[in-house]
Amino acid sequence: MPWLNAAGNLLLVAAAIAVLYRPLGDYMAWVYTASGHLRTERWIYRLISAKPEQQHSWRGYLGAVFSFSLAGFILLYAVLAFDGMGPDLAFNTAVSFVANTNWQSYVPEQSISYVAQMAGLSVQNFVSAAVSMCVAVALIRAIAAHRAAALGNFWVDLVRTNLRILLPLSIVFAVLLLACGVVQNFTESTALLPGGPVASQESIKMLGTNGGGFYNANSAHPFENPTPISNLMQVLMLLLIPFTLLRTFGTMVSDQRAGYALLLTMSVLFLLVYLPLTYFELHGSGTAPQLAGAAMEGKEQRFGIIGSTLFATATTGTTGGAVNSMHGSYTALGGLMLMVDMVLGEVAPGGAGSGLYAVLVLVVIAVFVTALLLGRTPVYLGKQLGTRELKLVSIAILIMPVLSLGGMALASALPYTRAEIIAGMGNPGSHGFSEVLYAFISAAINNGSAFAGFSANTPGLNTLLGLIILAGRFAPISIVLALAGALATAERASSRSAELPLHRPQFVGFLVSLIMFIAVPTFIPLFLVGPLAEGLMP
Amino acid sequence: MRQKLVSALSSLGTAARLMLVFTLLLGVLYPLSITAAGQWLFPAQANGSLLRNGQGQVLGSALIAKSYTDPAGDALPQYFQPRPSANDYDALASGGSNLGPENPELVKQILLRKTQLAKFNQVPEDQIPPDALTASGSGLDPEISPANAQMQSSRVARARGLSAQQVQQLVREHTTGPTLGFVGQERVNVVELNAALDELG
Repeated sequence: MPWLNAAGNLLLVAAAIAVLYRPLGDYMAWVYTASGHLRTERWIYRLISAKPEQQHSWRGYLGAVFSFSLAGFILLYAVLAFDGMGPDLAFNTAVSFVANTNWQSYVPEQSISYVAQMAGLSVQNFVSAAVSMCVAVALIRAIAAHRAAALGNFWVDLVRTNLRILLPLSIVFAVLLLACGVVQNFTESTALLPGGPVASQESIKMLGTNGGGFYNANSAHPFENPTPISNLMQVLMLLLIPFTLLRTFGTMVSDQRAGYALLLTMSVLFLLVYLPLTYFELHGSGTAPQLAGAAMEGKEQRFGIIGSTLFATATTGTTGGAVNSMHGSYTALGGLMLMVDMVLGEVAPGGAGSGLYAVLVLVVIAVFVTALLLGRTPVYLGKQLGTRELKLVSIAILIMPVLSLGGMALASALPYTRAEIIAGMGNPGSHGFSEVLYAFISAAINNGSAFAGFSANTPGLNTLLGLIILAGRFAPISIVLALAGALATAERASSRSAELPLHRPQFVGFLVSLIMFIAVPTFIPLFLVGPLAEGLMP
Repeated sequence: MRQKLVSALSSLGTAARLMLVFTLLLGVLYPLSITAAGQWLFPAQANGSLLRNGQGQVLGSALIAKSYTDPAGDALPQYFQPRPSANDYDALASGGSNLGPENPELVKQILLRKTQLAKFNQVPEDQIPPDALTASGSGLDPEISPANAQMQSSRVARARGLSAQQVQQLVREHTTGPTLGFVGQERVNVVELNAALDELG
């Protein structure tokens, strides 16, 4: 019976995405290729003195991404500092929101005003997601290009993403959330009745795969996520842009099969996490769940286990990081699946924009390996891949493991942060270790969710995790844009008859296995000490 | 070199101005418009699904659990008790316990709740449903399982001098099934149920 319900929920979300896949995907493709500008847009370009006709090279595009993120960081830091946050916490929070991570060291109800949430954090919810989408689109343009160095104009892409895609979608979903019971007011919060402009922030928090809760309990809070329907809607919102952007990709490279192959890959990975996770939580092994009769600690009655695991899979498989149940109270093996979902590299289906560019990096590797195995030339969508591309993607896949494991090692080695870590653990034994591991993975891959028993709001950890988030955001973006630069100038073959069929199930199967074997094995020793030790103990 | 610096600075200027435009548009105009839309289209929900008594006094929100205890902190028998809360139902500190499945502290809490609830409701320990033994994710979960309500109903009836049928009838009226039969779980809203009991007198 629970499995039937799980299937029903999954099918409902899948059906909604299926219905929106073509219209929204093609709409986004139009947004990124249309030549005309709206009146408001032209007005904005004049105001910021951007030349919309100018085309950026990959370096120019990257430079603009950096300038914009830096400006966003400075402004948000100023807003938060003015709001009364201490320097290390303001640094951590500003970096985290600019990087689309939304790791929250702070307790929103106690340390931030409505105005700072609205005019500071919520603005970055829009624009950080938009930056990821722009980078993804620049990469798509490079694949579709034929001996052209230009990747488009970053300012135009950014303004259009916000005005034509994220804002309209946010308005629609904010109204739907309001109808479900999400609050939107400016009444001061009390211990009995919280308030705030929640619906407007909630909708972009989910659509932009940001995840920073208006309240500390995030989407477990009845005012952020009041009903099972709002819950399912939030799952849809997390998955909507990452999945429909695949249609945009297919349309822009004029090969829908390439989009479907990625869609299938991501869906398979999603199920490979969702099914075991749901099994572990329904089974509820472990001392406390057995004693209570079910793994309901940290889960809400209205969602139950099915609604909680579906949300958890969506939030760790995108770079969402919102939670509707406390991941730190999941069964040991359930918690392991959440970490695995992040370690896959955030491609199931990944963040809005970032999921697409992350999976394309992995596709390039898969194409190289298949071509090598079969003795063919590595070609993807008419573009021949060379050593420069291979070097770039090889570095790209090392970033997350190096940042998370290296960062964790460093933090454990330095006496200052080591003391903070030991004091911050909210659980004894291997679960405490899992909390720390989860935090470093979450920061490095820009997810933002947590085993929240771990309190990381200390100067050393705020700074270190902030730096990891920063590197985990901008190192991959730099490499992806460099990759785009390399791909754009290459010739695009007109006849593609000699290419390997890279849309068939064989390739999808190969890509899925490759994704599972790239980073997960690196983490097995740590999983053994953390969740596996906890879950497999007699 | 100098030219590069100039172009970097001009790009930063563009970026800063664009951030200001976005702040105005997405950080001020957008949330204010949604507030207006909420107050116009769904005022009850937008203001927190407030629950009022017969005299029109605000009792709280139908979506936010509160504690039903006497000044000494003991649960009042005449009220249905919500799920345990890791933050004592403080809406200024929402959240769960974040205790892991093998944490001795959590095991101790569950054992203690078992003993207390069995005594409080006069039921055998093995008949206490999981949601009554575990803290919710938000600490403000307003809803309990029907089994949990069933366990508490005879105690509430006794404390209020009502018949078991009367209380069970009210429980049924405040029970919501899963949407479409499979989305979410069956649940009883404790805040609304307790308000309805108080209205009964």
